[in-house]
Amino acid sequence: MTTVSLTAEATGNRTAPPTKGSQARRSRKAAETRAGYAFLTPWLLGFLLLTAGPMIASLYLAFTNYNLFSAPEWIGFDNFTRMFSDPQYIQSVKVTGLYVLIGTPIKLIAALAVAMLLNSKRRGQGAYRSIFYAPSLIGASVSIAIVWKAMFIDDGVVDQIGQVFGRDAGGWVGNPSMTMPMMILLTVWQFGAPMVIFLAGLKQVPNELYEAAEMDGAGPVRKFLRITLPMLSPVLFFNLLLETIHSFQIFGSAFIISGGTGGPAGSTLFYTLYLYRRGFVDFQMGYAAAMAWVLVLAVGIITFIFFKTSKSWVHYSGETK
Amino acid sequence: MTSVLQKNVETPEHPDNLERSAELRREAKRKSLIKAAVFHVFVLAVAAVILYPALWMLMSSLKPSSEIVGNISLIPDNASFDNFVKALSGIGGVSFWTFFGNSLFLAVMSVVGVILSATITAYAFARIEFPGRKVWFSMMIATLLLPFHVVIIPQYIMFNELGLVNTFVPLLIGKFLAAEAFFVFLMVQFMRNLPRELDEAARIDGAGHVRIFRSIMLPLMKPPVMTASIFAFIWSWNDFFGPLLYLKKPDLFSLPVALRIYVDQTSVSDYGAQMAMAVLALVPVLLFFVIFQRFIVEGVSTQGLKG
Repeated sequence: MTTVSLTAEATGNRTAPPTKGSQARRSRKAAETRAGYAFLTPWLLGFLLLTAGPMIASLYLAFTNYNLFSAPEWIGFDNFTRMFSDPQYIQSVKVTGLYVLIGTPIKLIAALAVAMLLNSKRRGQGAYRSIFYAPSLIGASVSIAIVWKAMFIDDGVVDQIGQVFGRDAGGWVGNPSMTMPMMILLTVWQFGAPMVIFLAGLKQVPNELYEAAEMDGAGPVRKFLRITLPMLSPVLFFNLLLETIHSFQIFGSAFIISGGTGGPAGSTLFYTLYLYRRGFVDFQMGYAAAMAWVLVLAVGIITFIFFKTSKSWVHYSGETK
Repeated sequence: MTSVLQKNVETPEHPDNLERSAELRREAKRKSLIKAAVFHVFVLAVAAVILYPALWMLMSSLKPSSEIVGNISLIPDNASFDNFVKALSGIGGVSFWTFFGNSLFLAVMSVVGVILSATITAYAFARIEFPGRKVWFSMMIATLLLPFHVVIIPQYIMFNELGLVNTFVPLLIGKFLAAEAFFVFLMVQFMRNLPRELDEAARIDGAGHVRIFRSIMLPLMKPPVMTASIFAFIWSWNDFFGPLLYLKKPDLFSLPVALRIYVDQTSVSDYGAQMAMAVLALVPVLLFFVIFQRFIVEGVSTQGLKG
């Protein structure tokens, strides 16, 4: 672009009426626009047909009663008001909220702790990193959900280990008060992805800062609070946002472990699982669409809050206040 | 540590000091050795806990079903491949290899679709200047954080009306239309860092965008194409929600959906065969991991990929 406009300016005169140069420039611009949209066509098609269009459609459906077989019937805000008096819906919000609120911080703390452990220059760090990352790759698969279920069942491996410590939970899978810890363990087990991102962030922290702090007699706790955490805050922010939004959308493992029911006693009735059941088991497409929009709203609000509050705790190097 | 070294520097010529410093040095070396040992023991212990579920699955697949539940030990008393024989015989008259083939087809086509569409789209965003580019780009970024649940209901209705339920089309069309913004973003980031002089020089020589894209950009795009291929494959392979929605005929099932049916059918009894099938379903992912692990881990750290 720059080369073209430079030559155009060199030949053409700015104040003069259209010359060959500016004409060439204009047709060049039109050609660029054509090329731009030609290259963008696949994405544009996908965006309009698979994202923007469906979003508008689901917004409409959220205000209707629709069962896939007869025409949608407009019911205004009924779907949304119904949610407040739907005990299963409230249960799904509770389950998901608890999972996000407890699981995500534990996962991030584990990720950061292991990342700091692996940040020192020692032999075998690459291998350790790979081993710790592996669960993130397979953790969301049906295979691992099956393994988890088999390990946490009555008299299963975990139960037996618990018995050694004098704690007979009688199988976590069938016990409504133990399914949440089990699901949280499954997500924490996948701390490898945020860990690798933390590691990349830790590498960016200049060593001089630690040396200077040591000169001033700072201990490990102070070094962590005053140097590591602030320097890591952009990465922490990124991980926190990503993991939170990701946790909201847990589905597969809950589906497999509860056999698609969200049981026992609704203790694994995660939001998306309930949405699936309403939409694709009960064919209440309108209600499910309304649920999906509430999820979008929730994710939007959380993202907004994260970005707003981040100004006070996320520090970007080279940024002057 | 530093104070020890400083003392050495102060009066190194005094014999007492020399002896003392050698002793201190030996002491420091021993300390660092102990530290390293403690580190490795600790990290290996964590690694053992992390790997235990995966190893337990692998070992359980070699045990008879009665020996699996509640058996903490990893080593089977009488190892056999009976479970694998049973798993490979398939479900409800459909062979395991049919499911495997379906999953493989979906994963390979996903890779092809993602690479084709994401590179082309990224080129438009990164290298062509046209009105509206910024608006479209910010819309593309906005879809990154959008929960896909908001589009699945209308999408399902649409594909159902078009008679495309029980085909692979709903599962693949998004890949060919760059619907996964993540891959586009990854490639835009990479392309933006390539020197502008490359395409400018080609342009002076009269090359158009198609040629610049094909002959200059694509060959340089190997790193992000590699990363995207690995993740497109693994994500497609592990995908459960999409196939659960759209594939209802057993001979079209992908492995995760087949596995789920298998678990439902054999729920109480046959853990052995379930474990064997779970292992088989993970083999390609684990192979990918072993071969590309450095690439995968580096890709995650630079691009912030999810698992």
